[in-house]
Amino acid sequence: MTINAMMEIFPVLMQGITITITVLLAAAFFGYLMAFVAGLCRLSNNIVLRKFTGFYVEVFRGTSLIVQLFWLYYAIPILFGIELGSNWWAGVIAIALNYGAYMSEVVRGSILSVAKGQTEAATALNMSRFQRMRLVIFPQAVRMMLPEFGNYLIQMLKATSLVSLIGMTDILYYGDILRSNDLSQAPVVYLLVLVFYFIMALPLIWLTRKMEQISKKGVAS
Amino acid sequence: MNNNSWSWETFFDAFPIVIQGIGITLGLTITCYLFALVFGLVWTFLRRIPNKPFHWVVTWVMEFIRSTPPLVQLFFIYYAWPMIPVVGVTLSPFTSAVLGLGIHFSTYIGEVYRSGIDNVDKGQWEASRALNFSTRQKWTKIVLPQAIPPTVPMLGNYLIIMFKEVPLASTIGVVGILQMANNYGAQHWTYIEPLTIVAILFLVMSYPSAILIKKLENRVNGNFNKKSALSTIEKGGAA
Repeated sequence: MTINAMMEIFPVLMQGITITITVLLAAAFFGYLMAFVAGLCRLSNNIVLRKFTGFYVEVFRGTSLIVQLFWLYYAIPILFGIELGSNWWAGVIAIALNYGAYMSEVVRGSILSVAKGQTEAATALNMSRFQRMRLVIFPQAVRMMLPEFGNYLIQMLKATSLVSLIGMTDILYYGDILRSNDLSQAPVVYLLVLVFYFIMALPLIWLTRKMEQISKKGVAS
Repeated sequence: MNNNSWSWETFFDAFPIVIQGIGITLGLTITCYLFALVFGLVWTFLRRIPNKPFHWVVTWVMEFIRSTPPLVQLFFIYYAWPMIPVVGVTLSPFTSAVLGLGIHFSTYIGEVYRSGIDNVDKGQWEASRALNFSTRQKWTKIVLPQAIPPTVPMLGNYLIIMFKEVPLASTIGVVGILQMANNYGAQHWTYIEPLTIVAILFLVMSYPSAILIKKLENRVNGNFNKKSALSTIEKGGAA
């Protein structure tokens, strides 16, 4: 009986998978971009830039994602008269800004933790500030960031479930519809939803382990 | 009435209403956190049972809980649990939130405990065995006193993270500050001001606690280094 129920539920949930995956990919792309921009800005010599990014990071790390999501969805269009186009963009921007703030700290920390001797050696070789960063420090720092980036990718996948709260038709949304059609099916439905997320997380878990291995080798300390 | 711009009037009108939810938000945070602290111990013990298949199962169950969304887990406990035959019981939104978020975070906290225990030097275990300590003495006198202090800042961080995850409970009807703000928004057709109040409340509470945790971290690290430096000197002196 449960097998039959599962066979019915499965294709319905599948309908939501596109939204979940596109939101994840877009949020990951913009999140990593934000992380590098904000992380490098916080290391800049320009005090205004540093303070401004510091403010961004503290605001997005200090409040919760669900609040930011609602705030972006309800407030931005009214406050600034900007139409984000759709709730898809509201979801992507909220997740990207939130995790970008967290990951910018990873970027900053990794760059700072590249051994001092590396900078000194690069200076001794008469490299410019930009060359130093591009050729010596950055390649090593990126390796250190990889495992954390992988962890945050799994976090972002989990966070995509929130977009159902602003009316997007992701996996959880279809799960909720199924549940309200037939209350007794709730256990099977939500268990399947959890399994869906877990199956999507599996390659990311594997990727994170791979990245841990990569980052272990090839960093001068 | 449809507001198209920021209004301070609405802000001050909404403030006393939104803030009514703060007791629930804080209470839920503390309850969930304590639950996760205790339940985290369960994972730590389960993972130390020296049986390969059992260890494998526990590891994957933890991985499953960690890598699936807490929101779905909340829905599972609140909506699905009562429908399960024989063992199903209806739980209040508050209890569901404590169980859902508590279990989710206990898997993180279990990892923190584990890393703390793993960090205790191997020589310490061997020494306690050489001195013929009982299992209980080994844990209470040697391992835990060294394992706990370095984990304190991490545990503190999880308290702040928990505080920021608790608004998820508004989706199953726990009336914390976020739910208060949403109610206000639905009644007055303006979400900017009440939601901004929620954001400010979160910042006001989580930012200072983050600074406190940082200080604690520095202190623990400082003490820890000093201690190990001291023990090295003593070791050198003894030799």
